[in-house]
Amino acid sequence: MSDAIKPGLEFAGHELARATLDACVKCTICETMCPVSAVTPLFSGPKFVGPQAERFRNGESVDHSLDYCSSCGTCTLVCPQGVEIAELNSQARAVMKAQHMPLRDRLIGETVLMGKAMTPVAPLAKAALHNKPVRALMEAVVKVHRDAPMPPPQTQTFAGWWAKRPKPAKTPTRGVLVFFHGCAGGYFEVETSKRSVEVLEYLGYEVVVPRQGCCGLAQQSNGLFDQATASVLKLCDDLRAAGKDLTIISSSGSCTGMLKHEAHEIMGVTDEKLKDVGTRIRDIMEFLLDLHEAGELPTDFRPIEMTVPYHAPCQLKSQGMGMPAVEVLRLIPGLTVVESGAVCCGIAGTYGLKKEKYEIAQAVGRPLFEMVKRTNPDLAVCDTETCRWQISQSSGVPTEHPIFMVHRAYGLS
Amino acid sequence: MRKLAVDVVVIGGGSTGAGVVRDVAMRGYSTVLLDRADLGQGTTGRFHGLLHSGGRYVVSDPLSATECAQENAILSRIQASAIETTGGYFVTGPDDDPAFADKFLEGAAKTGVPAREISVAEALRNEPRLNPRILRAIEVEDGSVDGWQLVWGAANSAKAYGAQILTYHKVTRIDTADGHVTAVHATDLKAGEDVVIDCTFVLNCAGPWAGQIAGMAGAHPVDVVPGRGIMIAMNHRLVNRVINRCIYPADGDILVPVHTVSIIGTTDVKVDDPDDLKIEHSEVQEMLDAGEVIIPGFRKARALHAWAGARPLIKDKRVSSSDTRHMSRGMAVIDHTERDGLDGMLTIGGGKLTTYRLMAEHIVDAMCDKLGEKRACRTADEALPGSESGKNYVVTHRLEDREHDRLDDQIICECELMSRKMFTDALANQPKGTFDDLRRQLRLGMGPCQGGFCSTRATGIALDSDHIDIERATGLLRLFLKNRWIGLWPILYGEQVRQTALDNWIFQGTLDVEHLPAPESEVAL
Repeated sequence: MSDAIKPGLEFAGHELARATLDACVKCTICETMCPVSAVTPLFSGPKFVGPQAERFRNGESVDHSLDYCSSCGTCTLVCPQGVEIAELNSQARAVMKAQHMPLRDRLIGETVLMGKAMTPVAPLAKAALHNKPVRALMEAVVKVHRDAPMPPPQTQTFAGWWAKRPKPAKTPTRGVLVFFHGCAGGYFEVETSKRSVEVLEYLGYEVVVPRQGCCGLAQQSNGLFDQATASVLKLCDDLRAAGKDLTIISSSGSCTGMLKHEAHEIMGVTDEKLKDVGTRIRDIMEFLLDLHEAGELPTDFRPIEMTVPYHAPCQLKSQGMGMPAVEVLRLIPGLTVVESGAVCCGIAGTYGLKKEKYEIAQAVGRPLFEMVKRTNPDLAVCDTETCRWQISQSSGVPTEHPIFMVHRAYGLS
Repeated sequence: MRKLAVDVVVIGGGSTGAGVVRDVAMRGYSTVLLDRADLGQGTTGRFHGLLHSGGRYVVSDPLSATECAQENAILSRIQASAIETTGGYFVTGPDDDPAFADKFLEGAAKTGVPAREISVAEALRNEPRLNPRILRAIEVEDGSVDGWQLVWGAANSAKAYGAQILTYHKVTRIDTADGHVTAVHATDLKAGEDVVIDCTFVLNCAGPWAGQIAGMAGAHPVDVVPGRGIMIAMNHRLVNRVINRCIYPADGDILVPVHTVSIIGTTDVKVDDPDDLKIEHSEVQEMLDAGEVIIPGFRKARALHAWAGARPLIKDKRVSSSDTRHMSRGMAVIDHTERDGLDGMLTIGGGKLTTYRLMAEHIVDAMCDKLGEKRACRTADEALPGSESGKNYVVTHRLEDREHDRLDDQIICECELMSRKMFTDALANQPKGTFDDLRRQLRLGMGPCQGGFCSTRATGIALDSDHIDIERATGLLRLFLKNRWIGLWPILYGEQVRQTALDNWIFQGTLDVEHLPAPESEVAL
């Protein structure tokens, strides 16, 4: 009798995702849009790894090449039949990792640990991450590619800034918002978090920032579902502690996606806490666009005479809200926003850092890097952290969150 | 005209015939197997895929139960590559009598069928789609089996012992002289040539067609009552173990995971002609309702294909002739010497795929008795070609194979992960085969798209191989699609409609297959 371990079947979400394979008609649209299989034969493509291979899965993981999937989620987004292709792939990867987990993939999900370790020694960390022998050693030991983009260590965390800064002089007129900065926004993209808070306060909101942990996305995308589930539920507790029914705002696009749908759809988390937080959280640009559509966004923007390339990250697109940043930035006089039209920048969270995937990720992002350089060699705009690191590193063009433009246009910087 | 001479002619290339020809060859007789079509194209290829643990018969038919349990263990060993040891559950549905499970356990103990009651919670943990309202669950050693691989395995073993396997050879006449069979006449349908085979013995293993064969030798009518059963393959494995209802055997009470699909079945209706098996709408509905009892939401799952098979039951006067389910499943060897004054022929009927090896042993023992010879049966002791390692089939096999050759080979049938090399190798072995002949060995076109994407690829590759010309290529494609349609029509609802619409646009809208240049008469074999 087959009582072999079947971890894949234990995820609550798996039965549901698997049921969607019934909708696949083999049309191949997912394959034509997959950014990874377009540049390498090593990945067999989303249709193969998803609805096709799934019919052959039971027990031991045998198709390890599925790990060449970057989890960008484009396949699920473009599927006209509703097959949860990326979710099936992620679940199969979790089964594989449960049976064969490289140390690197375990470490890379420890985003809080990385931030905590680097902030106190930021200049040193920065130097180390740009030091060739150090990176060669990292590549050899933990298999993180020597040329891959690394998070920029900061001298101050967002929490440090928040605690010490003078309280805003303006009395709030619009109510209270909870701010969720995520690990990157807390430790590395501190400036993005600060400017987000400043814009919200400028608009008249009172912003509260509860103590908060990690959403678990990096663990999830590396197949560590147990740890990721614990992380995301802990985070839900943190965010709920800030107040009942308050809208939660984040400028960390991928973490927002984790809370909105990925934790539920990929890992099958059905906890009411997640449902509560997931329905209250808004991407900051989505929130600004909602305000504008309700006639509540001041548009007395200062002109910014500039043309900037904008790239919508995969994890933002899969939230099914269009591209709110493009619509908001187009309200700024003089600013021309050129949408990249690129499927993916290649990094896909931690994918493009890995030694064996670095070249693939670079090939995926190449058309985007070229487009960015052509459009404006001095500045690009993108909503998520790792994508910005990838674009800046590979194109040489500094890349910032769209909130920077809004901050400038309101005269805050 | 071709002439052959052998000791024994075996008629029928289903599981029984293949098992018999192997046994005959292993006992040292020269032998030929004849079938009017491909191996496993009749009842053997149209069954449930269930390798019985014996559980189904512990109450209704104890002898069959014991035989199944013993043969299950033997086949799982000697034909490991054709058999997946899935395990199985007998579950008491919400409206079933929970007391039947007690009779079941008692019967299992008496008949030697391994069975153990487990908690409902354990059953649900292992099979999460199972109806959470089931009342009891008993674990047994059911398995699933690929009927075609089973038959080809036996045929290849027989060949290794010198047997000839002649498919697409239709028996036309059986000669007798002085009350003894002397020769069998057949037509080689592919070559259009007559063949006469002199022999001393004929073993009639034609299943539901056994009556017709016996008639050719001038025997009194053998009443084989074909019992039609329908089956429906669902798109993926809704369960990973065989799920049986723990009730007295009834319709639609078994769901079997076979390869990538799960198969619900079956019905049992007496029919007159085993070549005319309709799939009634009402029977499809009955299967779907029965599926709902086992897996809530079954009707919303995607059905791929339906088919009907005819059981070769020997008429038994103990029950009404319109109720074939309750006839003995036990095998019957008909001795034509006593019955018809005809020497040199035995007919076998009844039985089931799980006991095919044992049936062969019985009829060949009977033949040896008639011939006054003592030659021992060795079929249970030796692994068949391809199963020497003793490793059982698992559903991940093809995924693992494609993982290894993904950079070197092309995938032709995406649904069933059949590579180009698998196809060209099989075609080289059977250059005159139809795509259905190849399908039975390769699972070409048996997945969700039902040939929508793979059949044109297969046609192009077959044409490139120089085994066939352009007219035959077109003809083979059309024949393949036509045969796929037979199984699609009865289950056109839900998700499969969308697939069929897309396939239809491809074939009618884009390729216009109906108006391609074709031979004057359609390719039929």
